[in-house]
Amino acid sequence: MNARERILARLKAAPRQAATSLPDVDGHYAALPRTTSPAVRLARFREAIEAAHAEVFATTAQAWPAELARLCKEKGVGSLAYEPSSAFARRLVAEVGLPTLQAFPSMVEACKTRLFDATDAGITQADSAIAETGTLVAWPGPTEPRTLSLVPPIHFILLDARRICDDLYQAMTEGRWAGRLPTNLLLISGPSKTADIQQTLAYGAHGPKELIVLLLMPENAQ
Amino acid sequence: MNAPLNYVPTSDFKQRTYAATQDPQLRQSFRSAMDFLMAKRAAQFPDGAAFERQRSLGEEIRRYSLARLPELLVQLETNLTRNGIQVHWAETPEQANAIFLDISNKHGATRLIKGKSMVSEEIELNHEMAKHGVDCLESDMGEYIVQLDNEKPSHIIMPAIHKTKEQIARLFAEKVPGVAYTDSVDELIQIGRRVLRENFRDAHIGVSGVNFAVAETGSLCLVENEGNGRMCTTVPPVHIAITGIEKVVEKLEHVPPLLALLTRSATGQAISTYFNIISGPRKNDEKDGPTEVHLILLDNGRSQAYGDEQLRQTLQCIRCGACMNHCPVYTRVGGHAYGTTYPGPIGKIISPHMMGLDATHELPFASSLCGACGEVCPVKIPIPDLLMRLRREATHEAAPERPPLVGQGAGRNTLVSLAFRGWRLVHVHPALYRLYAWGASRLRFLTPKAQLGWTASRTPLVPAARSLRERLKMRG
Repeated sequence: MNARERILARLKAAPRQAATSLPDVDGHYAALPRTTSPAVRLARFREAIEAAHAEVFATTAQAWPAELARLCKEKGVGSLAYEPSSAFARRLVAEVGLPTLQAFPSMVEACKTRLFDATDAGITQADSAIAETGTLVAWPGPTEPRTLSLVPPIHFILLDARRICDDLYQAMTEGRWAGRLPTNLLLISGPSKTADIQQTLAYGAHGPKELIVLLLMPENAQ
Repeated sequence: MNAPLNYVPTSDFKQRTYAATQDPQLRQSFRSAMDFLMAKRAAQFPDGAAFERQRSLGEEIRRYSLARLPELLVQLETNLTRNGIQVHWAETPEQANAIFLDISNKHGATRLIKGKSMVSEEIELNHEMAKHGVDCLESDMGEYIVQLDNEKPSHIIMPAIHKTKEQIARLFAEKVPGVAYTDSVDELIQIGRRVLRENFRDAHIGVSGVNFAVAETGSLCLVENEGNGRMCTTVPPVHIAITGIEKVVEKLEHVPPLLALLTRSATGQAISTYFNIISGPRKNDEKDGPTEVHLILLDNGRSQAYGDEQLRQTLQCIRCGACMNHCPVYTRVGGHAYGTTYPGPIGKIISPHMMGLDATHELPFASSLCGACGEVCPVKIPIPDLLMRLRREATHEAAPERPPLVGQGAGRNTLVSLAFRGWRLVHVHPALYRLYAWGASRLRFLTPKAQLGWTASRTPLVPAARSLRERLKMRG
């Protein structure tokens, strides 16, 4: 017998617990108060993520490139890394002229040094967001390398304001995550931080020092 | 070879607790940290009834998962393998270290960059790899600090909680090349960031722990704030995760209730900055992420706890550390005094399975049984009951229907058992009891002034001049 078989044999030899039924997770969440108003959800999301030190700028699907250019100028962003096959890349290239745009090459191996040492910011798009905890759901894949939201000191993220759920459970079940998880699903709830030295909060531990959300509001709401 | 870390034999527990209580700086560090963490946690659970509902669900999920543990582990293995993650099983720390070494050798790696993992501490990975010329670098800020000082973590969530920022400032100035003394926390963190960033970029293998493993999807979940966990699992070409066999849950939807309890109980956060669900290595059409992902499933005594229905509850633990934050003993003696990887109340009930009762039999007794640990536990582990049970196992033979635990009865002291046997004899025989009470009150002047451990910090016990019965009788 190998280690696997011995471990499993020991576990199987243990007294069986009286049959336990599947925990009623759905019932638990169904009993919690839900928000029906998108405005309330949005306000909650904003409050929570701003409390975690992220910055949120409301803009529109039309105006975000200009807003991004403005923010880059304000923050002195000289270089911005992006994925050329992402849905927003065309407009980024066409309309945000200010920082040097760094297109992600075919493999991270070709740009590791630049990404770590010579990139000021990265930009990605959120899949959705969670109001309760002020959380962005990132869904990396072929059109979104995961290092873009991790390595550069500033992370810009586009979020469609209509895609905000109440809580993680709702996001997970309504979005049917279990059947289609990507290689590395990420929940991001602020810039990187630590309180490991005398419980004193410091931002920019290893990941981005700044998290900037460009909130794309529906046009008619503006 | 590196000098061994300051590993401490668990047998010197009493001396170390004494030394710790005499160290005002250590007492101050823990007192203020525990007060801080207790207040932050309390703020996250303002509604007692809601907390009870939440933790009942958390308990139910953990109990359900444990009830099906062997099946879930097989399901997890099947789905991880399907996703391209290589699964390894280890019964002992030696086997787990051999797997790490084997993978490192295959890739010719001489350095591992590590995210926070208590299981890697449990197997003393850094120490063991160093013996074979593989250098492990801790990247969690707290872990990096304790590693720089050749120490082990003193808290499972906040490893450097025993240190003041001035101590850390001196440590950095002394150990990090080219760094001048600064006690600004921001500057200290930026120094750590700079040093570790180069290593994330260049390391060949990243190591992480696992907070939850999801059987139905074949996923590994990781909770963290710093981004070093993401770095370790994203940037190096190889990622090795290690976890105890108890961390598995069946469904993805079982994760949100546990995650909500974990971060709130641990650091008083509604959610951590990052929550990372890893379900495979880099795919062909993806541009980054490790090309190879491994998971090591470690037993190390967990199956012993599993074998007993009461002790099995130990494995419900989600490693939030709330029990230690609320423990009056831990707060006063700190994490290092225990001499175990896991300190505090959870350490007292899990370590005997990992290290045997021979090395740990004193730990279950280091409790006032105040019950705070059981009250705050987000998955309702009855820690005080388990402490009582382990006290019994540490000092008695195994019950005939149960197999003995490793080190069963190691804390047995012939003199103490004899004394208690005598005590029992006297208290079940009325005539003997009357004689004893009469004698003790008449001969009270013979009571010794020094009464072993009792008088080390208390006044001597002296029998009353007359027993209660006698006094009642005199009143008529």
